[in-house]
Amino acid sequence: MSDLLLKLDNIGIQFGGLKAVQNVDMYLNRGELVGLIGPNGAGKTTTFNMLTGVYVPTEGDITFKGQSIKGLKPYQVTKKGISRTFQNIRLFKDVTVLDNVKIANHHLANHSIISSIFRLPAHFKGEAKMEKESIDFLKIFGLDVYKNELAKNLPYGMQRRLEIARALAAGPELLLLDEPAAGMNPQETQDLMDLIALIREKFNLTILLIEHDMNLVMGICERIYVLDHGQLIAEGTPEEIRNNPKVIEAYLGEEVVQ
Amino acid sequence: MKKSKAFWGYLVIALVIYAVVQGMLVTGMLDLYYQNMLITICINIMLAVSLHIVIGITGQFSIGHAGFMAVGAYISAICTMKLGLPFIVGIILAGIVAAFAGVLVGVPSLRLKGDYLAIATLGFAEIIRILFLNIDYVGGAAGMVVNHATTWTYAFFGVIITILVISNFTNSRHGRGCIAIREDEIAADAMGINTTYFKVVAFVIGSLFAGVAGALYAHNFYIIQPTAFNFLKSFEILIYVVLGGLGSLSGSVIAAIFLTAISQYLQAFPETRMIIYSVVLILVMLYRPTGLMGTKELKDLFKARKKGGSEV
Repeated sequence: MSDLLLKLDNIGIQFGGLKAVQNVDMYLNRGELVGLIGPNGAGKTTTFNMLTGVYVPTEGDITFKGQSIKGLKPYQVTKKGISRTFQNIRLFKDVTVLDNVKIANHHLANHSIISSIFRLPAHFKGEAKMEKESIDFLKIFGLDVYKNELAKNLPYGMQRRLEIARALAAGPELLLLDEPAAGMNPQETQDLMDLIALIREKFNLTILLIEHDMNLVMGICERIYVLDHGQLIAEGTPEEIRNNPKVIEAYLGEEVVQ
Repeated sequence: MKKSKAFWGYLVIALVIYAVVQGMLVTGMLDLYYQNMLITICINIMLAVSLHIVIGITGQFSIGHAGFMAVGAYISAICTMKLGLPFIVGIILAGIVAAFAGVLVGVPSLRLKGDYLAIATLGFAEIIRILFLNIDYVGGAAGMVVNHATTWTYAFFGVIITILVISNFTNSRHGRGCIAIREDEIAADAMGINTTYFKVVAFVIGSLFAGVAGALYAHNFYIIQPTAFNFLKSFEILIYVVLGGLGSLSGSVIAAIFLTAISQYLQAFPETRMIIYSVVLILVMLYRPTGLMGTKELKDLFKARKKGGSEV
């Protein structure tokens, strides 16, 4: 069952003279939950940005479902089936919770502008379907009670959840979570772990997540990649990573390794 | 079902307003001065609402709206005066050509953001104005004489169609795509929204109705001159949108009515007119920095009141 979904082939990116990420080889099999960790500034988010088309890698190639997605615009990558959340929450703040999800659902609907302007039957049918699907997503995340609130008025933890709900509404096969537990307390983190497990099961997702919370990463990831200074320094199961001297060195400094 | 009920309700209200005013015009209760004022208000509402979709909904700060109005005005004038086509054909062609101009201006300039976009659109509007200034066929700087053809009926139904199309667009998946761009362009892109496409679509719809408004304007004042479409006109439209509240369609409408009425009323005091007008603007901005309506619509206010009432 281990068919390849995503493959990063020796990718790298240069900003002027700075090599932010180089020689990164990664793969994700369908249905896996993989963690990407590393100290601050290691290039984790940059890697995400290359995956989602925000940056175009200057070296190497990215293939998703056997097709190269290098050079595609972010919205095209999303249409291919990769969606993401952001490290610093990027909700549509002055829009209701329901509309936030509907916006992500946008590209899965197909009624045209003309049908919307003239209020043709296709418009009502399409909108009703979007409404139903969006509410279903909100229910999974326990957000349906807030559906008419503005996103900016939600408590922080709920905003994080809404980010994930919105990413899911874009209909991904591969979900990229950028520090989903940042700023959460242990209880919220535990709830989030359960939630990730649940949606993974329910939507048949493959998940790649960046996280600093080691409990979360070690608790739910099947494999972990470790980045440091833009290069992969380790790969393996949580157990292997925990005991890898290079990883301990990257996180804690050299003296500790005796 | 509920939605369509509200829609028919609005339509009935609109028709009643139309019928009452039309009746008053026919019976002579409202004289030419007021007729002219009503038509001016209608034209300004159309301009405000058509800019609202670009700035308020899509968040693209375009300040060259008078340019598209000029295109509409001149195209319709050419149709009726030079080619002898009926007025309605002139209006439709004005809209189409202005929309086409919107594509030409929008595609290159909407790659820019914020202040840079503002300057680029301002530049394009000036180019359009200078073009008309130098084309002898349309009278150059002296302007072009146009027959009076705009009536209350044209103006009123122009407003109704503009509001209907733009509010229908806004309350659909396409409009939500535009709102997403306004809120966070990077996130919108990541959620599968083709940001360039939607910016251009909003811009083109805005230009189309600015063109129609331009056509009505041209046939209301007997003469059109390029100076009528300079950047001051663009700013006037911008003020309606900002004062009404960015993102609020009813706000744009109310601001357009309010400011046009004030400006017409103040014509009796030519020396202090612009001072009073400016003071009104400053006061509104000081006390309502988000504009008259914020991002709310008129119906939201009624809803809030109803809710408050039932709680008491």
